Amino acid sequence: MQPPVIEAENVSLKAAGKNVLNHITLKIHQNEIFGIMGPSGGGKTSFLRLINHTFRAQKVETEGHLFVLGKDALSEDINPTSLRRKVSMVFATPVVLPMSIFENLVYGLRIQGIKGKSTLQMAAERGLKAAILWEEVRDRLDKPARKLSGGQQQRLCIARAMAMSPDILLLDEPTSGLDPISTFRIEEALKELKKKHTIVLVSNNTKQIARVTDRCAFFLMGELVETGETSSMFTVPREKKTDDYIAGRFG
Amino acid sequence: MTPRRAEHIALGLMISGAFLALAILFFIIAVIMIKGLPHITTRFLLDNPMDMGRAGGIFSTIVSTVYLLIVSLIIAIPLGVGTAIYLTEYTVEGKITKIVRFGTECLAGVPSIILGLFGFILFVIKLGFGWSVLSGGISLAIMILPVIIRTSEEAIKAVPQSFRDVNEVLGGSKWQGVTRLVLPNAAPGILTGVILSVGRGIGETAVVIFTLGTSLRTPFSIFDSGRSMAVHFYIIAREGISMANAYATAAVLVFSILFINIFSYYLMHRFVKGRT
Repeated sequence: MQPPVIEAENVSLKAAGKNVLNHITLKIHQNEIFGIMGPSGGGKTSFLRLINHTFRAQKVETEGHLFVLGKDALSEDINPTSLRRKVSMVFATPVVLPMSIFENLVYGLRIQGIKGKSTLQMAAERGLKAAILWEEVRDRLDKPARKLSGGQQQRLCIARAMAMSPDILLLDEPTSGLDPISTFRIEEALKELKKKHTIVLVSNNTKQIARVTDRCAFFLMGELVETGETSSMFTVPREKKTDDYIAGRFG
Repeated sequence: MTPRRAEHIALGLMISGAFLALAILFFIIAVIMIKGLPHITTRFLLDNPMDMGRAGGIFSTIVSTVYLLIVSLIIAIPLGVGTAIYLTEYTVEGKITKIVRFGTECLAGVPSIILGLFGFILFVIKLGFGWSVLSGGISLAIMILPVIIRTSEEAIKAVPQSFRDVNEVLGGSKWQGVTRLVLPNAAPGILTGVILSVGRGIGETAVVIFTLGTSLRTPFSIFDSGRSMAVHFYIIAREGISMANAYATAAVLVFSILFINIFSYYLMHRFVKGRT
């Protein structure tokens, strides 16, 4: 098994006096797709947002350590900008910026001050190929990104994240608003991406977790119920709650 | 009275009220156009006033007006847009934002004659700028500041939060998000506010008469005095110098304001359309 790139040790999170996460301990290894499932309000997205330091609420208190690529993302002296260049994120609803496809792709590089045309073009192509979108848009990179279909927009968002060649890609229910074919395309892209990157996939679609992840965790009301190999968790879950959730008895 | 009848009467009153408001506008414009238009010639626009405005044109007052507006915008836009950015992007809604907002509301409520007197005492006398484009520009900037803050704030708030989130997760700083995503997308709305405030500033007399002065010479330096079109109209009409020239000046003024308002509505319309 590859070395861990994300290590949560006893991570607790309180926002405005409310417990969001309680003593989460888990490891996410390099080049795997790690799934986080569970009913909404369970702390999945909050955990994801701690990883790239974008959790925002008033009066946030954290405990424990969350090592991301060797650095504690919960410590005070973390540099969020340099962290986010290595740990990119894609949201549930595709957010394309009101510019051309190309400018969307290179936005992350431009704000780093990269100007070289060939560097930008290579990054754009790399991102599009990673998100399996290259063939569809290669001849209209200068067209407005808003003209793309919903599924294409979401793949563009993945491509935009991948253009920065991050080590880790965080996905927050990336297919929740998409049709089955677009979902299939994105899942195919993810399987390809894990060869070089680590992916954390939050989803409340258990079937998707079963289809694409190598290992996964089940979050319920801020608690980590169970974590392990996806195949064994879906066949012989250790906890009754996991079994109930996977079987669709609640959530 | 039956409800149906009451309905008819209320509707009738409201419709006549709306038409009355429109009729007043048309009446004012018609009077000014009828009395002013025949006197507007290219010479009237391009000659300087002579004999206190009895003869000649209004060229120097046009220059003064434009000069004054440019100076006040140079001051008010960075200040107003900066305040709006601070209020929307850099603070959490709380005491400070409430105080700043309340302050700008109060500023908007200060009568312009008071602002004029304030500008006269502070800039013209205390700071020794004299009656000048500078004194007038700063005073007018104070007057239009609330409009610019308010409209810029609305425009900035209309930029989707998700754009800022994307900027953040891609490793952008807040300022990069503001300059690369928020301001470009808010620009049409901000521009609308700027044009509206130009419309207010162009017709302002009370502030201007106290701070820019009434000199009929064409101002060159920002320390020169001048006379804006609105002030020129006020003086030659009130002192009965030349009613013909007063109406002609008024016609030019009304044309400018009308043009600016129509243009800003057009921009606002396009802005709203682009958002949906």
